[in-house]
Amino acid sequence: MNLVLKGGRVIDPANGVDQVQDLLIQDGKIAKLGKGLKAVNGTQVIDASGKIVCPGFIDLHVHLREPGFEYKETVKSGTRAAAAGGFAAVCCMANTDPVNDNRSVTDYILAKARIEGSVRVYPIGAVTRGLKGEELAELAELAEAGCVAFSDDGKPVMNTRLLRYAMEYTLPFGIPVISHAEDHHLAAGGVMHEGVVSTELGLSGIPAAAEEVMVARDICLAELTGAHLHIAHVSTAGAVRLIRDAKARGIKVTAEVTPHHLLLTDESVQSYDGNFKVNPPLRTKRDQETLLEALVDGTIDAVATDHAPHALSEKEGEFDRAAFGVIGLETAVSVLLDRLVRQQLVDLPTLIARLTHGPARLLGLPGGSLAKDALADITILDLEQEWSIDPSRFLSKSKNSPFAGWNVTGVPWMTIVGGNVVMKDREIVGAPLR
Amino acid sequence: MGWKAKDLLEIRILEAGEILTILDTADSMREIAGREIKKVPTLRGKTVVNLFFEPSTRTRSSFEIAGKWLSADVINFSASGSSAEKGETLLDTAKSIEAMHPDVVVVRHQSSGAAHLLARNLRCSVVNAGDGAHEHPTQALLDLLTIREKKEHLDGLHVAIVGDVAHSRVARSNIYGMRKLGMTVTVAGPPTLIPPFIHELGVKVSYRLEEVIPQADVIMMLRLQQERMTGGLVPSIREYSHYWGLSLEKLSRARSDLLIMHPGPVNRGIELSPEVADGPYSVILDQVANGVAVRMAVLYLLAGAKAA
Repeated sequence: MNLVLKGGRVIDPANGVDQVQDLLIQDGKIAKLGKGLKAVNGTQVIDASGKIVCPGFIDLHVHLREPGFEYKETVKSGTRAAAAGGFAAVCCMANTDPVNDNRSVTDYILAKARIEGSVRVYPIGAVTRGLKGEELAELAELAEAGCVAFSDDGKPVMNTRLLRYAMEYTLPFGIPVISHAEDHHLAAGGVMHEGVVSTELGLSGIPAAAEEVMVARDICLAELTGAHLHIAHVSTAGAVRLIRDAKARGIKVTAEVTPHHLLLTDESVQSYDGNFKVNPPLRTKRDQETLLEALVDGTIDAVATDHAPHALSEKEGEFDRAAFGVIGLETAVSVLLDRLVRQQLVDLPTLIARLTHGPARLLGLPGGSLAKDALADITILDLEQEWSIDPSRFLSKSKNSPFAGWNVTGVPWMTIVGGNVVMKDREIVGAPLR
Repeated sequence: MGWKAKDLLEIRILEAGEILTILDTADSMREIAGREIKKVPTLRGKTVVNLFFEPSTRTRSSFEIAGKWLSADVINFSASGSSAEKGETLLDTAKSIEAMHPDVVVVRHQSSGAAHLLARNLRCSVVNAGDGAHEHPTQALLDLLTIREKKEHLDGLHVAIVGDVAHSRVARSNIYGMRKLGMTVTVAGPPTLIPPFIHELGVKVSYRLEEVIPQADVIMMLRLQQERMTGGLVPSIREYSHYWGLSLEKLSRARSDLLIMHPGPVNRGIELSPEVADGPYSVILDQVANGVAVRMAVLYLLAGAKAA
C-alpha cells in the first residue's frame, strides 16, 4: 500500500525539517517529501492538513510483561497501547518470567511481536543471568538474537566489577548498557522520595543520593571502559549535573526522562494513592525544573515512559505494599503536548526530537527520521483535539496511570508503522506489514 | 463548636479550634470515670469495631472501654486468628466489616496511610488508631489533654520529644497538634533517628539531651524499637540508653514543674530509668486515664453528636 500524507506540518528534527509539505510513502519507506505531491493510482490519500506529521515515536523503556506476567500486559495489548499513544516502536525490558537473559526468550518475544504486535518491538536483554547480579547473561547471543541494549532494569547491578565486565564485553556490539541507577542499600525500604513530604506522611524515603551515587559510579565505569552507558529514568537534579558534566568531558553517556518525572512531584503522594508510587520516586519541584532544563538543552536525549503495567490489586491497597510503576504509553504524548508544549516550556520540534531521533540515535535503531528511504514509521499529532484521560478506555490491560482525570489538549491522531496505518483516533485499524 | 468531619485520620489537617473541641469534650467525659455506674446511654445502638492489625493492648482496650462507657457495642477484630492471616487484603477485610453496618471503625495498621485507605472506601466513620510511622491522633489528643490538665494551659509551653522521632507516629501527631496550639517543640535524638526536613514542620532539632532538659516544660520520651539496632541506626542499646535514656541524674537541671510523658509501653532501663518512670515528674498513668476520656470524646463527636 502506498500512501500520501497531504498538507501536514512536517517536523523532522533529524533532518532539520519544519514546514507544511506532503509526504509520499512507497513500499514501507519514505519515498518523497515535497509540495503538491500527486497521488498516483492505488495510492491512499490522507488529509493531514492542520496536523503535525513526524517520524514515528520510539519509546525506549517499556515493560510488556510477556512472558510470565500476562495478567498485567502482553505483547499484543502493550503494542496496541503503544500504537494508541502514537508510538511506532517500543523497547521492552528484560524483567519478564523467565527473564530475557537468553536467546529463546528474545526469540519468543520477537515471534509474538511478529504475529500479534501492532508496532515494532525491540527487546532489551538482561545484563546478568536471572537479573541476579551474579554472572553475565549470554550477551553476545542476545545481541545476535536482536536485543538492542542490555539492562537489569528494576534491579541495579550492585557488583561494580561485574558491571565493568558487562560494559567491556558488550563494546564490540556497539549497543548500550542501560543503568537503573539506584544504590539498593541506600534505597532499602524506601517507597517515595526522601524529603519533607515523606517525613510528613511517615513513609520511608529513597534519598536523591541513592540515584546519584550510582550515576556517578556508572559514569566512572563508562570512562574506564569506553562503553556507551545509558541512564534510565533520570529523576534528580544531582544526576542531571553528573550527566551534563560527563557529556562535557566526552564520556559516552546518554539519558532518558519519563513524563511522570517531568510533570509530577512527591506532593502527589499526599493522597497515599499507589498510582503515584514509582521507582525512582517522584522528586521535588527543583528536580522537576532541572529535568525540564536538561530535556531542552539536550543533556537528556530521550523521553521514555517506563510503561510499567500492574493489576489493580497490586496498586489499590496500602501504599507501602503497592508495586512500583505506572503506565504511560497512552498518555505520554498528550500530557507532554499539553503541559510542556502548550505552556511553552518546550518547543514542539525539541519534544519530537526527544521522542524520535533521540532514542533512535542512542540505540542505533532504524526510524526516527523522514529522510528518503527511511522506514515509513510516522506519528501524526492533532494539537487541537481535547481529551479527558479515562483509564477505563485504555487499550493497555492495566489502568495504573497517574494522569487519570487530566483534561489535555493535543493527541496522537494517527500511527503509521512500515507504511501501514495501525491507529487512527485511538482505534487500532490495522497491523504493520508482517 | 460542632463537628463535621466523617473521620479522624490525622491531626495535621485539623484546625486549632477543632482540637480544642475534642479536648473540651474529653474534659466533660472525664467525670464519668469517677462514677459508680460508669455508663451513659449516648451511643446506645451504635456499633464500634476495633480493627487492629498490629499488637496493641493499651490503645485497643482504651477504645473498648470508651465505647462501652458510652453504651456502644464494641467488637474487637484483631489480625491474628483472622482472615488477614489467610491473605485477605485490608480492603476486603474492611468491606466485610462494613457489611455488618458498624458506625465507627477504629483502625490500627502498620502501613502509613492505611486509615486513609479505609476512609476513602468505607461509608462509616474511621478513626486512625495509629498508621505506620504517620499519625496516632488520639495519642496526641490525650497527651495534650494531660498537659492542659497539669499546666492549665498549652500556649507558650516548650515540649521536648526525645528518641526515635523518625519512626514515631506519636511524635508526628504531637508536633502538628502542639504547633497549632502555640507550643514550642524541640525534637531530640541521635541524627539517625531524626527524620529529614523535620524542621520544616516548625520544630527545633537538638542532638544533645542535656541541652534540652533545662528548657523543657514537658519531656516526651519515645519508645525505642529494638529492631533499630540491626538497621545500623544506633550502635547498641547500651550506648543509646547512656546518651538518650532519662535518669534522675540528668534531670538535676530540669525545671521543678517538669512533666515526663511516655506513650507506652516503656522500655524500662532504656529510654527511662525506673526511678524516673515512677518518679514525681512522671504523668504516664494520667496519660492512660485521659486516653479513655479522649476516645470517648472522639467516638461521641463522630457517632453521637450528629444524631443528638
